[in-house]
Amino acid sequence: MKLHLKVWRQNGPHEEGKLVPYQVEANPHMSFLEMMDVLNEQLIKAGEDPVEFDHDCREGICGSCNMVINGVPHGPLKGTATCQLHMRHYKDGDTVVVEPWRAEAFPVIRDLVVDRAAFDRIIAAGGYVSVDTGSAPDANAIPIEKNKAEMAFDYATCIGCGACVAACPNASASLFTASKIAHLSLLPQGNAERKTRVLRMVEQMEKEGFGDCSNHGACEAACPKEIPIDAIAIMRREYVKAALS
Amino acid sequence: MESQSRVTTALTSQVGRKILTGVTGVLLVFFVIGHLLGNLQLLDPDPNLFNSYGKKLHDFGLLLYIVEVALALLILIHAVIGISIFAKKLKARKGGYKGVGVKEGGMGKQSLASRTMIITGVVLLIFLVVHILQFRFGPAADMMIDGEKALDLHGLVMSTFANIWWVLFYVGVMLLIGFHLRHGIWSMLQSLGMMKPRWSKGIHGAALVIGLLLAVGFLLLPVIIYLRQA
Ligand code: HEM
Ligand code: SF4
Ligand code: FES
Repeated sequence: MKLHLKVWRQNGPHEEGKLVPYQVEANPHMSFLEMMDVLNEQLIKAGEDPVEFDHDCREGICGSCNMVINGVPHGPLKGTATCQLHMRHYKDGDTVVVEPWRAEAFPVIRDLVVDRAAFDRIIAAGGYVSVDTGSAPDANAIPIEKNKAEMAFDYATCIGCGACVAACPNASASLFTASKIAHLSLLPQGNAERKTRVLRMVEQMEKEGFGDCSNHGACEAACPKEIPIDAIAIMRREYVKAALS
Repeated sequence: MESQSRVTTALTSQVGRKILTGVTGVLLVFFVIGHLLGNLQLLDPDPNLFNSYGKKLHDFGLLLYIVEVALALLILIHAVIGISIFAKKLKARKGGYKGVGVKEGGMGKQSLASRTMIITGVVLLIFLVVHILQFRFGPAADMMIDGEKALDLHGLVMSTFANIWWVLFYVGVMLLIGFHLRHGIWSMLQSLGMMKPRWSKGIHGAALVIGLLLAVGFLLLPVIIYLRQA
């Protein structure tokens, strides 16, 4: 199948970027990233610079394959990352526009690669639990109610990709931050830092220059892990509790 | 001192600002519902029904002023935060995407209503100024009810809505209120953290129904009054 691509090319953080048209011959069994690999081989053979894009696991768990495909972060499928999107969802002759995440807090480094260090700093502000060093604790030493454990696990599936920010009209990082807070607030291990965690992570998210949440819910629709915005409701409850005590 | 600065920090944080928009939003929605119910008395052909309701409110004296000032403050806080959220969004997200497409399963709770909150909000702010000058400080004639002095607010409303342009202006703005509340009623509950996974679909749907009912209720008033006098 022949595809007409329009790919965002930008040489560096402070350079002007633009969409550049390419044609690529793909087959329906390829993943979207494999199709991009084919494009890059083509470019290298022609002596041009390949398109820079992040990728690692190629199985939906690392959160690095970030592309906005035809205006939608991670492409048209629900609950999948770009690496899990296959070319069988496209038709011969389709035009596909590929752009990087757009948010001032995620500056473009080159082409489709953005700097997501802001997320790391939000995590460093409180998205962790303190544990004693020493030998590994016994499994199941801390009993946790089944439905709480399952809810916590659902929020823990966040892979930190940033699609929520990319989809949000305000470039808010609320879903990412809230999924970490919701996850840890549900578990006894998270109790020690429960109050300072939510206060500090919310403060950091604002410092990084992410926008406010307007409850559009664009994030939950784009999230490859289908994390619901109820996480954001939990974050707000946690924040009020922490601020009042 | 310490605790005071902690409260200010909390209220001006990204979560605190949403809590404030949510709280002011809830209170304003309650006010709007009460206002509509009170105004339905305008439909009674006897002017005394509405005018004695107006007189009862005015008889509260100082208490009425306190409530009016509180309402003005609520709107001001709500508007200032709403505008600041918009200003911040312009800074946080400079460009959009050139590609267009849709996600399987929809684009979340986004709608024309959710994307235009700032526009419907600013129109509401301008409307509120006009509306208050027109009816609260308007040229209502004096009249007597049971031997006591009162204002003929009923008459003022009737003469205003004899003019087709005022009727159209109000109908237009009421439609925009419906838009504001279509997203607002869902949004305020989510802002206040009153949400469970199972509820959010139902609440989002209920917001559409309540927004629609309020808009239709409000816009029918000028239309009916105009048609009766035409
Ligand atoms: C009768 C008057 C009004 C009512 C009943 C009302 C109601 C609401 C409600 C319920 C919300 C949702 C709150 C939330 O997201 O937590 C909201 C949001 C909003 N309101 Fe109003 N509002 C009114 C007037 C105004 C005015 C005068 C402005 C002026 C700018 C305004 C601007 C906004 C904006 C921008 C938002 C969205 C905030 C965001 O992006 O999160 N509203 N309104
Ligand atoms: S909440 Fe979802 S979209 Fe946002 S970073 Fe986590 S996995 Fe990605
Ligand atoms: S490459 Fe790891 S999630 Fe896609």
